[in-house]
Amino acid sequence: MPDIILKGKAIKFGDNISTDLIIPGKYAHLRSNLPELARHVMEDVDPAFVSRAKPGDFLVAGKNFGLGSSREHAPVVIKMAGISAILAKSVARIFFRNAINQGMPVLLCDTDRVSDDDELEIDLARGIVTDLTSGAKLSCGKLLPLMSAILEEGGLIPYIQKHKGFVIEEH
Amino acid sequence: MAKTLAEKILTAKSGTDAKAGDIVIAHVDLVFVQDTGGPLTVKQFKESGFRKIAEPQNTVIFLDHAAPSPARQLSNDHVLLRRFARESGCCIYEIGDGVCHQLVAERFAKPGDIIVGSDSHTVTAGALAAFATGMGSSDVAVVLALGKTWFRVPETFFVNLKGTFSKGVYAKDLILYLIGQIGADGATYKALEFGGEALAHITVSQRLTIANMAVEAGAKVGLFPSDEATQEFLTAQGRSDSYRPLYPDTDAHYERVISLNIAELEPMVSFPHWVDNAFPVGKAKGIKIQQVFIGTCTNGRLEDLAVAANILQGKKRSSGTRLLVAPASRQVLAQAIDNGYIKSLIEAGATILPPGCAACLGLHQGVLGDGEVCLSTANRNFKGRMGNPEAMIYLASPATAAASALRGEITDPREIL
Repeated sequence: MPDIILKGKAIKFGDNISTDLIIPGKYAHLRSNLPELARHVMEDVDPAFVSRAKPGDFLVAGKNFGLGSSREHAPVVIKMAGISAILAKSVARIFFRNAINQGMPVLLCDTDRVSDDDELEIDLARGIVTDLTSGAKLSCGKLLPLMSAILEEGGLIPYIQKHKGFVIEEH
Repeated sequence: MAKTLAEKILTAKSGTDAKAGDIVIAHVDLVFVQDTGGPLTVKQFKESGFRKIAEPQNTVIFLDHAAPSPARQLSNDHVLLRRFARESGCCIYEIGDGVCHQLVAERFAKPGDIIVGSDSHTVTAGALAAFATGMGSSDVAVVLALGKTWFRVPETFFVNLKGTFSKGVYAKDLILYLIGQIGADGATYKALEFGGEALAHITVSQRLTIANMAVEAGAKVGLFPSDEATQEFLTAQGRSDSYRPLYPDTDAHYERVISLNIAELEPMVSFPHWVDNAFPVGKAKGIKIQQVFIGTCTNGRLEDLAVAANILQGKKRSSGTRLLVAPASRQVLAQAIDNGYIKSLIEAGATILPPGCAACLGLHQGVLGDGEVCLSTANRNFKGRMGNPEAMIYLASPATAAASALRGEITDPREIL
């Protein structure tokens, strides 16, 4: 992972945010119209989310973020809202893969130490989140090398286009 | 080294000695998309420059989530998927054929297979000892193109079942209880493997209900061994050739063993808005319900409709409670007609919906009103799931659902059986 420093504001959510809350099934008819679908991201948890999120901001959640369906539209519309990384205590399995496949960094850390609206700085290569508002420094769990490589290419499709398959390093 | 079921299957399909924690690349025996994840999968497949799908004979499209389509945009998604099926030579199941997971169980899944679907409940086929798991559109698009994908070999939790179900208690109660115990993230990234002496009395229909909800505990797969029950099921489906026995090694390493005497279980209900918010039915007794929904990949099989029809036969649903029934497949519907279940249900005041996902995910066929309460046999009760964040969803077995439809309030089925 090259040196990348992300900066933005934390938009905080609680535990167990399901994919039905991120983008509900009632909008299934908009799934082939992503810009329209993206207007509804998180609306059942925080109707102000879309207007609040500014390019580069971080979605900060509690445990088991993204549980539920396999809809990849969930990380797609979070990305379209301007979010540049997701921070959570834990993330559901399918959502985790989907987010990385969309080139969206996911950092696992103790998000209790971050408050809503705090300014954060993220050192992606080292997995360190600095809360510039409170001064707290959080270290994040490491991604699997393969997921890290997929993220580095900007997602699964660019990764496959480049490597023509999966490259697994001996470890 | 002794292996769990997950390790055995991933070893065979990756050609490596797969151990928990390893990363492997494995051949995928069956890959499928449904109509809400499919359009994005096709878009990603085409935008990636892939031209051909690797194994059209092992690729299936199911039109089940919007079936039939309630909206122009979804109809156009169906047009796109039908065209992709024609162009790519893959197989397609039409609206009314049934829920993808039920059709995979009836027609495709074999013990030892690896199955990847663009739907989280792909885990259902674990009931037939298939390593079956849900993935998103990018991953599935790559499986379409390459015929393989990567897996982290999961650690396994072994669920050791003993005893037999008491009257009024079913597979749904078992899995709701288990999820309540370990939590909605209790098995995240893990394999849940079911075994023990109780399996001799747990049918494939019940196993499908249990495996279906493994993902609601966060699990990657929910696996059963392939045994006599598996053979019986495959033979009844005209697929006896697909059978082979498949068991974990006796001294396989399990990260955790959970022992459960199923004779001690009670009917269970998951309260809004979380599947792991599960309690014995007594705690929910008397809660008024405006809708009962029996069906889905969790509980829309023949055995489920038989239980419901048996309770409702010769009786009427409560006048204030709508009763929706969606058989999980065309085969289930036809058999339920032959056996008289559909007649009993209709006479009891049920509305029969086409085989498919129906009301489960809130896009048609039973969207709830503000403040309404539904008792559903589906697998999820997340806020907003049935199309309205102002509604409440409780989850239970078909028996509890049918008993509750009679009284218009959540009812312990043991009071009626």
